[in-house]
This record gives sequence, structure tokens and C-alpha cells, in this order.
Amino acid sequence: MSLIDVKTEITGNVWKIEVNEGDAVTEGQMLVILESMKMEIPILSPEDGVLKELRIKEGDVTTEGNVVAVIEA
Amino acid sequence: MNKVLIANRGEIACRIIKSCRKLGLTSVAIYSEADAEALHVKMADEAYPVGPASAKESYLVADNVLKVAMDSGADFVHPGYGFLSESSRFARAVEDAGLTWVGPNPQSIDDMGDKERAREIAKVAGVPILAGSPRFDVGKLDTIEQAGEAVGYPLLVKASAGGGGIGMRLVERPEQLLEIAQATQSMAEKAFGDGTIFLERFIANARHVEVQVFGFGNGEAIHLYERDCSLQRRYQKVIEESTAPGLPKAVREKMVSVAASLCQHQKYSGAGTVEFVVDADTFDFFFLEMNTRIQVEHPVTEMCTGTDLVGMQIRLAQQDLAPIKQESINHQGHSIECRIYAENPDKNFMPSPGPLERFKLPSEAHDLRIDCGFQEGDQVTFFYDPMIAKIICHAESRDRAIDRMIQALEEVEIEGVKTNTKFLMSCLKHQDFGAGKVSTGFIGEHLSELTNN
Repeated sequence: MSLIDVKTEITGNVWKIEVNEGDAVTEGQMLVILESMKMEIPILSPEDGVLKELRIKEGDVTTEGNVVAVIEA
Repeated sequence: MNKVLIANRGEIACRIIKSCRKLGLTSVAIYSEADAEALHVKMADEAYPVGPASAKESYLVADNVLKVAMDSGADFVHPGYGFLSESSRFARAVEDAGLTWVGPNPQSIDDMGDKERAREIAKVAGVPILAGSPRFDVGKLDTIEQAGEAVGYPLLVKASAGGGGIGMRLVERPEQLLEIAQATQSMAEKAFGDGTIFLERFIANARHVEVQVFGFGNGEAIHLYERDCSLQRRYQKVIEESTAPGLPKAVREKMVSVAASLCQHQKYSGAGTVEFVVDADTFDFFFLEMNTRIQVEHPVTEMCTGTDLVGMQIRLAQQDLAPIKQESINHQGHSIECRIYAENPDKNFMPSPGPLERFKLPSEAHDLRIDCGFQEGDQVTFFYDPMIAKIICHAESRDRAIDRMIQALEEVEIEGVKTNTKFLMSCLKHQDFGAGKVSTGFIGEHLSELTNN
């Protein structure tokens, strides 16, 4: 068991959160959609595991390098 | 009657301010909280806040923008492109408030905004349209195979409620049609709550060529020749040019003349663009849509024809522009526009907002124009689109224009955000681009040569 930080690569607005804490997630699954410069930027799960923690909510502004979620893999 | 409110931001607001100045008019800017220090605010004679950073709460709130226009004592409202420029509701509200809308009649905006009505109007005006079928409701596909034969293959099954590439499926052979039609209906029902579909002819190797038009509202209208905007990525234009390379003279003449006819037919008023999809192999061309506003790439036309389209829009709104005769429009040489975006081509074109720590663009010259809404030290925020500047050049031939543009791009120095400058140079230096072999698939097909993806 290890905890993996999921970071954003871009500054943007949290448009949609597609998962809930406690959900099982698979590698490549869409977790969050950011909106930046009129584009939708998906944040994907880096590994299979369980979504341990969500650190953002819809409507938040998140900056590059921020941890948005933690996955237990 | 001398005050123009510009309901926009960025480079187009700055560009409109320049024309206002030339005409001796007072310019009024609006700005969101994120744009308080923006160049368009500094350039304008007056500037007023219009809400928070998010465009949905500022630049797109018609009532607030109109209120600022009225409070400022503006006589005219110029919408630019994007934002409220194609909102007939806003245009009507401006006119109802006793101000003058710098744009076409709101009815023209409505007519061209409804894609099916636009198609009908184009057809009646003698503009070639892509073969298409009537609509098919969910489960009522009995006659779809005959409709497919009539349209011809390959064809697209399109969800009536879809758009921007969503709800669109390619059918290459008749035996695939029924299954794909059913699948598209069921997908469209879930995605849009409307499973209605129709069929449209698909052009495999397509170019995007558009014609700049200008109508005088009395049935007189002219064209200002074409722009080739085939170099696109995700329906976003990247490089535009005029003359369209390799377009046979007879095709060009027919295209520009039907575009002008469409405007005459509508008694269109002001600047507009008639967009066509062109079969790159046969040069057959078909009506795509008409945009009832000034476009991003209008400087290409201005460089080749020596016109000021924004100035013409304003003078027409002032009832100070006599109809111009077609014969007086001369197209000379070749012009190219490159759009500098804050994005990272090597990382799948990921947007790259941030501070413009260093921001140096080439100097303007008789053959080089820079349209830009930023200065060194400004923030490129994530709230708005990623375009930070347009570089437009003009030369006597296409080859020389390409060389001039490459030279200009080499002088661009931007730090703090990633940009597509090198990517633009790679496109311009590509042998197919040099040979005029452009198509809407160009960037996708050559992606690995053009980027480090």
C-alpha cells in the first residue's frame, strides 16, 4: 500500500469532479475536469487504487503542481 | 454621436480602439476584475468595470454591459468577435436602448445562427451546399438507406443537437449506415436528450476557405476576396492566408461571387464571413456557415486590400459610408497571419497561463503588422482564451510571405508562458505547406514532425 499524490499540471478552474472519496479507480480513469483558457483539461488517475482523499471541490481555482487528490494503490 | 463602447477585451478591443482613434471617436473599454490593468483599458479613452474575472459573470452579461454603455453615454456598441458578438438578443437590447449596434441587423444574426435556416437561405441564393438528408427521428429509419444513396458516400451521420465534432460519425460504406445511424441516435438521446439525426456528405481531404464580405444594408454588397484557414487544430485556426494557395482562378471567382450574392440576397449590413469547405482534390466547394461579425483573421484581408474593415463597420453604423463598388477592391500580393497561443505544443498543446516575464514581439513595418492585447509584465490568465498576439505579414508572393513570417517569428521572445512560436515555424517550413498542400488534416497528419510529442 502506498499513497500517491495526484497533481495538476495547469492552473485552472475545477469544472467537474467525476469520482467520490472511497471509489475504486483504475489507471487512466478521469478523476477531475479542469477548465483553463476555454479548454477542458482532464486529470487522470495515475494508477489503479482507491480514491483516499479529494482536496478540491467544483468551482475551486487550482494552481499548477497542486495536489488535488490522493490515491491509495 | 462620437462615443464607441467596445464590448470585448484583448487584442480585438485594442484593434477597435485604433480605428476609433483614426475616425476621431471616443473609445470606451470594459474590463473584468482580472483585466483592470490590461492594455485595452490603458489604450481606451474611458474604461469601466463590468464584473468578476469569469467571462460568464462579466463580458458575457449582456444587461451589465449594456448598462455600462448607457451610463458612459456611448452612442455605439462594437462587440468585436466572440463574447456577445453573435447574440441577437444583445444586439436588439442595444438598439432598443437607443444606441447603435456596430454589426448586422439582429435578424441576419438569427438567420445565420440557425444552421439549418442558414443552409436554406444559402441554397436559395445559389450557393452550393453539401448534399444532406432530411431529419430522422428516433426509431424511424425506414428510408435512411435511400437517403444515404442520395447523399453519396462517404457520409457523416450527425446528431441535430450536436456540434463541434460531438455527435458525428463517419460512414464509409452503405452496409454500415443503419447500424451507425441507430448507435448515433441512442448516443445523442443520452448526451443531448434529442436523438434526431441527419446525413451529410463527407469531404475526406478538405480545406477551409472563407470569403470576407461587406454589405451596405440596401441589397448592395461586395466581397474582399478569400482567406485559406485550413491549418486548424481542434477547430481552432492556427495560420490563415490570402490568396488561398493553388485554388484555381475560376473556382476562386465563383466562390467570391456567390458569397457576395448571399449578402446581397439577405440585404446584409456590415462585415461578415462566408465559410466554405473545399474538396482539396476536386476543388468543389460547399457552404459551411456565415459568421455575422468581424473575424480574428480579418487583418489578412486588410493587408491585401488596403482596407480598414473595422473602420468601415463603424462608418456604416454612423451612416457615413457610401456603398463601395466591387471594382474598387483590389487584392494584391500575399498575406499570412500566425496566431501566438499560450500553450505547449510538446505537451499535447496544454494551455499555459502565467506571467509574461519577457514579452518581445518584432517591430511593426509596412509589411508586418502586430495585433496584440498584452504587454511585458501582464498576466495571461486562465479565464480567457490562450491567444496572446497575431502576427500578420504581407509580401508580393507566397514564398516571400512565408520567409517574412519565419523571420518575424524568429524575433519573438516570450518567457513566463509556453507558446506555439516554434510550432508555427515548423508548419511554415514544412515542405507540404511550402508546396501549398494544405488541408484541415495537415496538423494532425504531420504532428510528429511539427512537435516533440
